[in-house]
Order: sequence, then C-alpha cells, then structure tokens
Amino acid sequence: MIRRPLPAWAEIVLLPLVNIALAFVTVGIIVRIIGVDPLHALVLLVVGAFGSAESIGYTLYYATNFIFTGLAVAVAFHGGLFNIGGEGQAYIGGLGCGLAVLALDRYLPIWLMIPVGIAAAALFGAAWAAVPAWLQAWRGSHIVITTIMFNFVAAALMVYLMVNVLIAPGSMTPQSRNFEPSAFMPAMGGNALNLSLALALVCCVAVWVFLWHTPWGYALRTMGHNPEAAVYAGTDLRRMIMLGMCLSGALAGLVGVNELMGVHHRIVLDFPAGYGFAGIAVSLMGRNHPLGIVLAAVLFGALQQGGAELSFDIPNITREMVVVIQGLVILFSGALVHLPRPWLQALFALRRSS
Amino acid sequence: MKGWYVSLLALVASVGLASVNSAHAQTVKPAIVYANGGKFDKSFNEGVSNGAKRFTAETRIAVADFEPSNETQFEQAQRRFAQRGNEPIIAVGFSQAVALEKVAKEFPNTHFTIIDSVVKLPNVQSVVFKEHEGSFLVGMLAAMASKSGKVGFVGGMDIPLIRRFQCGYEQGIKYVNPKAELIANMTGTTPAAWTDPGRGAELAKGQFDRGVDVVYAAAGNTGTGVLQAAKDRGKLAIGVDSNQNYLHPGTMLTSMVKRVDVASYNSFKAMQNGSWRGDVQVLGLKEGGVDWAYDQYNEKLITPEMKARVEAAKADIIAGKITVHDYMSNNACQ
Repeated sequence: MIRRPLPAWAEIVLLPLVNIALAFVTVGIIVRIIGVDPLHALVLLVVGAFGSAESIGYTLYYATNFIFTGLAVAVAFHGGLFNIGGEGQAYIGGLGCGLAVLALDRYLPIWLMIPVGIAAAALFGAAWAAVPAWLQAWRGSHIVITTIMFNFVAAALMVYLMVNVLIAPGSMTPQSRNFEPSAFMPAMGGNALNLSLALALVCCVAVWVFLWHTPWGYALRTMGHNPEAAVYAGTDLRRMIMLGMCLSGALAGLVGVNELMGVHHRIVLDFPAGYGFAGIAVSLMGRNHPLGIVLAAVLFGALQQGGAELSFDIPNITREMVVVIQGLVILFSGALVHLPRPWLQALFALRRSS
Repeated sequence: MKGWYVSLLALVASVGLASVNSAHAQTVKPAIVYANGGKFDKSFNEGVSNGAKRFTAETRIAVADFEPSNETQFEQAQRRFAQRGNEPIIAVGFSQAVALEKVAKEFPNTHFTIIDSVVKLPNVQSVVFKEHEGSFLVGMLAAMASKSGKVGFVGGMDIPLIRRFQCGYEQGIKYVNPKAELIANMTGTTPAAWTDPGRGAELAKGQFDRGVDVVYAAAGNTGTGVLQAAKDRGKLAIGVDSNQNYLHPGTMLTSMVKRVDVASYNSFKAMQNGSWRGDVQVLGLKEGGVDWAYDQYNEKLITPEMKARVEAAKADIIAGKITVHDYMSNNACQ
C-alpha cells in the first residue's frame, strides 16, 4: 500500500503536536515513578511558564535566545552546513557587544549605542563563524568538527579576557564593569524581557526574505540540496559557504545582545548557557522555517521557565529532572519525528476511504 | 484537586505577594539558592546544606532551596524566595553577588546572606573566608607527608578565588620545605570545571605520573574524582570545604575545612533569635572559619610531629607572627 503524504496543515501543526504529546506522556510516566502526580506537575509547569506577567516575560526572554540560535542553525542548515558552533558564536558575539559598549557607552546616546552594540555582536559572531567556514571552503576541514572545537576556543578566550583583562578592578567575580544606562536594551515589562525579542522577530522576517526571496538565498538552498547542481548553475560554493556561515554566526551572536545589553548589563562568564546547542533542537523542531522556529523557541522557553518553577515547588524534581524533560521533548520532536507519521497517514487514509 | 489548589496558590503568590515581607523574629522561613556545583557536591554547597540540615533537625523548621541551572536563574530564584516571604535567603557563591545586589535593593525589608562574596547593603550579611590561611596549613602537611618532594594541586575553575587557595597552599609548602616542587593544574576555564570528576581524576593521575605523591583538590565536585584517583593509585589527597576525610580513609591526608555549614547555620539561628545583622564577616583561622581536619579517619597518617608543627604554625598565624599572603589582595602570589 502506498501511503499518500499528509496534508500540509497536518505536517506542520498536527505532527509536532503529536510528537510533543508523546514526549509529555513519557515524561508523565517518569514523573509518576519518582512519586509526583504528573497532572499536578504539568499544571505547575504551564502556570510557571504562562501564569503571570512575570513568568510570561521570562518565558519570552528565554524564547528570544532560542529564536536567535534556532535561526542561526536553520540558515546554515539550508546550505547543507551543520553549524554546531552557535554556543561559541553567541559567546564571542557577546564579547563584541560588550567591548563596543565598554568603549563607547559614556559618549553615545542610547539611540546610537544600541544599534552599535547590535552591529558589534553580529560582526563578532560572524567573524567567529568565518574561520571554520574558511577552513571548510578552502581547506576542506569538516565544519561540524571545527565549529564544535571553536566553542571551546571561545570559552577559553573569554575566561582569559575576563580573568586577566576585562575584570572590573576590585571585583572578586570575573566580570566587567557595569554598562552605563545608555547601553540598556529597553525593557518590555517583566524582569528579563527586553526589546531584543522585537529584534529576534525582525530577524525571523529577514531570514525568511533572504532564504526564499533573494538570489543568494536560492543559491544557498541549492547548495544545500545538491552542491553539484549548484556548481553547474554557476554558484561559487566557497562564497556561499562563507555567506551562509557568517549570517549564521551573526544571528547566534545576537544572543549577546539579549543577555548582556538586555539583562546582565555587564560582560559575565558563561552567559550562552547551552542556548547555542539547544538552537539545533529548536531548528529541527521548527522544520528550519522561521515561523516554526518561533513556535519551537516559545516551547523551549516555556520548558526552561516552567521547569525552573517546577523544581521550585516540588523538591523531588531537581534541575537534572528538568533537563530530562527537555531532553525527551527534543528526542520525540527531533530524533523520533517520523515515528507517528505512518500512524497519521493510516488515520487519514481511513478517513478518506470511509 | 489538591494539585489545582496548590497551583492556584502559586499563581496568587507570584502575582499578589510581591511586596509583602513578613519578618517575624521566631517564625523564620529560611531559603537557600545554591551555586552551580549543586546541592550534593560533597564539598562547598553540601557544606551549606549540612548547616541547613542541622538547623532543621534542631528547630523542625524546613529550609526551602533551589539549584539554578544558569546565571539568570540566580536573580530569578532570589526574587521568588523574597516574594514568598522567605528569609533569611542564603545566596551561595561569589557568582550570585551581582544578582543579589539588585534583588536586595528591591526587597529592602528582606534579609539576605551571601557566602564567599561581599555585598554592602544594610539588609545583606556577607560571609567570606580566609582560605589562604587554611590552605597554608594543609600545604605544610602536604610537604611534610611527601616523600618525593613533589606535591600537586588541582583547582576548579581558574578564577582569583581558587588561585587564593593555591597561593596559600604554596606558601605552606615552602614554609616547610623551600625546595619542594608544586605541580598545579586548573580543571578548566568555565563553570563546568566545578562538575567534572572525570577530568579531575585525569589531572591527578597526570600529576602522579610526574612524581607527585600528595594532591590537594580545590575544585568542588570535580575534587571527588581527584580523591578517588589518589585512592586508586595509593597516593595521598587533601579534601576541601567540607571534611572529606571519611570518603577514603587511609589515603585522605586531611581536608581544608571551610565552615560554610557554620555560616548557614549561624545565619538561620541569628535570624530566629533576632540577633541577625547585615555586616561583613571575615572568617579565618582565628574565627574558626577555616581549619585543617583531624579525625579518626586520618589520625594514622598524621604523625605527632606533623600535628605539633601545624598547630604551632596555626597559633603563629592567629597571633600574627606568620602572615599568609592573600592572592586577591593584589592578584599576584608573592
């Protein structure tokens, strides 16, 4: 029996929902085993993520990071490039943002300081991605290996700079001096949510336009689908690799804007906190499409925020347990994404025949 | 149904109680926000947790706690506890200082305690330790116990605080044996360095291969790997923060105890009897804040001469006859 493909709406909406539902059922069983009422936990999770203005603010603040890193992975992925280096690019993007602010925040007004900070974050993120891209394009070093190694280089570089160079005089913690208020990304209610969310949404539209409505986006996607065909069509693969990776790195670098100009208001260590890696899952789950990425990012943000609230209320659910929950959602909506498709196809076939 | 009720309460609490801080002297609702290493690191955080357990055992007052999984959650967790009317709220670790500065200003009527850093606000009690003094003593012991004249140090994350441990340790070693060689490694440059026992074990084995026979681990949870490696190779190890002598009797030379348990216990207790004050407490050898551990698990490894010599040096430090240089006073060890 040949199964017909699912209708588009089922592919985009129903399938991910079924995946998430499967993940939550599995989580429920595990939560039951450690002696917590799964329904109670689910309610706490949802209330923790969306129950008040403050929690919604945190959820969207986390989602902002996931949108940036998700978009970064998606852009590279459309070019057939698997960018695992979002973590390092975000880190160095933040460094660029922070350096620009530390150098200029006493001189520039806010309407000039913020665009400069954003541009610096994008530039540094792009530069950090450009090195692995160059190594891939000209030397043939595989981008998966080089980007992941660059994460460690970025972490080591940041610690060196923070401990030895940028540390505020007299500070015990390795962190820079506080930014001046002119470098504060305007807050959007809540405690962490700031205008970076708007920037993230603008980036979504920009990525959509770039990928599907420009010749470069077309060439990038052609390279992703079939590099030989792209060469035959006259595309310079090396330039496309550089373009795709630099855009990807720039998007990841913007995490630094949300974290440093938006929340911490100084350069701190380890602010990417795994957002770069989670971006891979966000992009996979969002089917590498900006709209899907926004939805997946909100889900991940909700899990992050609701999960923290959950461990706040139920001591049995530790932070490790929250990671398990997130991991299962990634497993079911990433690795096992095709698991329920045959069931749905059978279901639709049944409906058609009746 | 109970689930709905509880979640409704949580909702109400998060929306409505933001500005209510009930400060009754007797009915304390203490809370702890742990550092990155986590509550059960057998070391720094666990010391704080032990102090809380002792408080709970004596007073039957439960202590709420939270283990953050990223930097943003420090602030979030401190604020959530403050909103719920918990106090005192103990923030564990220097990395929470900046978050606490912000939250403590938002809740001027709530009492906070920070361990390992100083936040100068009237409603914050800061507890810091002179780790270099305790490290000096265990450095002396290491030098006296070493047969090869080579001693090791495995630090956690490469930050000034850990260099302070190393610097004090080095001074203690040189005090006993100026020719002794110190081989030091830091586990890493990110906070993951606190939670990597596998890497700790590898670093320790690398040092043993180079002739080290006593190793001091100042690396949080990573240190458990160092202590295990010492046991596997039959070398001596020195624990940190909590008294870790019991972990591997026979190869645990001693532990540099940092009485974070006393810090958390005292803070809760002071809150309960109304004597809590927002001040800076610097706890060294003199105040009993740091010390070397001597108990039934390591008494066979410590000869009477070693003990006498260390105790003499301890008395000299307390009396001010020996000054142990603090790395963090000038960011250099000299």
